[in-house]
Amino acid sequence: MIFWRAIAAATLFATTPALLAGEIPPDARRSGYAFMGPDTQAMQDDDTINPGMLFVLDGEALWGRKSGSANKACADCHGDARSSMKGVAARYPAFDKASGRPVTLDQRINLCRANHQQATPLPYESRDLLALSAFVAHQSRGVAITAGDDPQLKPFIEQGRDLFMQREGQLNLACTNCHDDNFNKRLAGAPITQGQPTGYPLYRLEWQTLGSLERRLRSCMSGVRAQAYDYGSPELVALELYLMSRARGLPMETPAVRP
Amino acid sequence: MPSAGFKPSRRTPLARSSVHIAALIAASLAFACAASADELASYKIVGDGIPEPLTGSPGDGVRGRALVLARTTTCILCHSGPFPETRFQGDLAPDLTGAGNRSTTSQLRLRLVDASRFNPETIMPSFYRMGGLVRVGRNFAGKPILSAAEIEDIVAFLATLRD
Repeated sequence: MIFWRAIAAATLFATTPALLAGEIPPDARRSGYAFMGPDTQAMQDDDTINPGMLFVLDGEALWGRKSGSANKACADCHGDARSSMKGVAARYPAFDKASGRPVTLDQRINLCRANHQQATPLPYESRDLLALSAFVAHQSRGVAITAGDDPQLKPFIEQGRDLFMQREGQLNLACTNCHDDNFNKRLAGAPITQGQPTGYPLYRLEWQTLGSLERRLRSCMSGVRAQAYDYGSPELVALELYLMSRARGLPMETPAVRP
Repeated sequence: MPSAGFKPSRRTPLARSSVHIAALIAASLAFACAASADELASYKIVGDGIPEPLTGSPGDGVRGRALVLARTTTCILCHSGPFPETRFQGDLAPDLTGAGNRSTTSQLRLRLVDASRFNPETIMPSFYRMGGLVRVGRNFAGKPILSAAEIEDIVAFLATLRD
């Protein structure tokens, strides 16, 4: 019996070489949606009461509005976002040829503003940037996440994984200690999720607003009493990329609602 | 592995007594800055515990109970216990009920000071340690999570948790 189990375990291990010890296998990956109560789930599911949809509507208006000294709108190049942006957010962060690094969706929007609209960048967590990225990501709702498939991203995914595994802060805890090893348990009464970034930017009831994945990561870092990385820093982008590649196959939910 | 990138700062066998190095530095600076919060009090590990109070005198169990329930000490985030007045309790770590039966005060003290001595992969923070940490937040740098007096109060309270 033990012998056969060992064989089965060895076979399982051999067929999933990309998975490191402690990582969550694909069929066990669960969105934060599965960890929350029915009331919050209902709020996400119904577009007429999902508060994130207000940002999506704002983003739709911004998509069509001319901006910058080039006097161009997103729509002037990209046309109807329903078709041109479908599936795009599920591939972000994506490799940017010009800089040779991954960029987040927020950074891509600001690169577009700088290069094509000759407009000033929108500040991180500003209403307009969140609205635009929510509108773009909303076009991928239901699309399976494939971020990180580009082989050029490999070293950056590894950097993100190392950061995820790195203990830090005065409490000396790594992301993996909770989100790989202890999901389903409770921290001060609240369920610990797997940390799958399926619905960003998302509406967090605790924040009373929409927020980015970087905001969430920074708040976890403050939680373990570590010095949070700056918005847009290579470390946060690498972590975001690793988390998206770790969520491979899960459907996008933007705009998600979370407690 | 959950412990990837985690390197325990010390690997002194439990069986051997040892004196905290930082404590020696503290002692050497004691004349210069008598009440500095930047140094740890000296303590001596004997077997699997620290038999003597960090402050030289036993703590106050009533204050200790309040500290365990205060979210800022972080105890209650992971542990549960006989605390009917709060529903915000964690289940990442053992229930504290009966802690005083399971461990001596000497063992409780070492567990709070540096739980990684018992298990290098533990998720329990070392509450009285400053070295070997990465990217500690500006507001928390240069001080332990709990003061020596707070540890003594909590030890005094935990010792009363008997079945």
